[in-house]
Amino acid sequence: MTSAPVELDIEGVAAPPRSNGELVFAAPWESRTFGMAMALYDAGAFAWDDFRDALVARISAWEADPPEGECYSYYACWQGALEDVLAAAGTVSPEALTARGDELAARPAGYDHGHDHGHDHDHGHDHDHDHDH
Amino acid sequence: MSEEHLPIQLRTEALEQLLVEAGLVDPTVMDKFISTYANDVGPLNGAKVVAKAWTDPAYKERLLAEGTSAIAELGFKGPQGEHIVVLENTDDVHNVVVCTLCSCYPWPVLGLPPSWYKDPAYRSRVVREPRAVLHEMGLDLAADVDVKVWDSSSEVRFFVLPQRPAGTESLSEEELSGLVTRDAMVGVALVGAP
Repeated sequence: MTSAPVELDIEGVAAPPRSNGELVFAAPWESRTFGMAMALYDAGAFAWDDFRDALVARISAWEADPPEGECYSYYACWQGALEDVLAAAGTVSPEALTARGDELAARPAGYDHGHDHGHDHDHGHDHDHDHDH
Repeated sequence: MSEEHLPIQLRTEALEQLLVEAGLVDPTVMDKFISTYANDVGPLNGAKVVAKAWTDPAYKERLLAEGTSAIAELGFKGPQGEHIVVLENTDDVHNVVVCTLCSCYPWPVLGLPPSWYKDPAYRSRVVREPRAVLHEMGLDLAADVDVKVWDSSSEVRFFVLPQRPAGTESLSEEELSGLVTRDAMVGVALVGAP
């Protein structure tokens, strides 16, 4: 390990809880990226070791050069690893992902899409983008 | 990385849309995994394993010899549980588990890892200065206890069998399982008497 932060975060988001009562996912997107990887793995889309290697690479890259002002996020590394594995397999290209993300970012302000009411199980398949024409 | 300018929420949402549209991911399968690991698979499983080991010497022997199959006897198996090695804490040895490279963790018995286990500070420091880290987490061990840190950096997942607290001779297996905490099964805490 190189220049990892040395203070244990006793009171912040990574505080060591002394009980078992902690939410597994801190935000809906964490659960979605977890669920995607598990569903893909379950369907045989990749070997777990390949995903783990990609995850280790993402984590060590972050730790070697933490972006200024950015807190460490395990599930952000997880999402990055998933993107890397899918890009390497030719399943989803970084360009396609960026294009779709930009489309989503361009949604009108106030577009209520589940990011602040605790669930977002319904996206991806029931609203009408016109991206596939 | 061209995607980095996008907020993480949009990256996950965009990826899910693309995968669902391509027929590569079924959202209901995703939901099943999420619900299972958010609600069903957790440290309670591990607590049952520990309580059984405390009350059934033959089971304890199997557990220490062949963790994965002994744990499967209680119905706990699945991803990240293919090769579980159980480490017994004693008067002389205290075991602590970490994954320095990522956050490997025995999901079938403990569920998904807590945030502190994934944190760079824990992952880097517990190897170098385990006693200092344990102290900060509220655990002070006697000086003559040998502290062993186990790095889950291969396919092996480690699981700590904590010491049974004194004064619990009359408790049932179920009552004992209620005493066992996740932190004790990672090795950053002891199991306290009721």
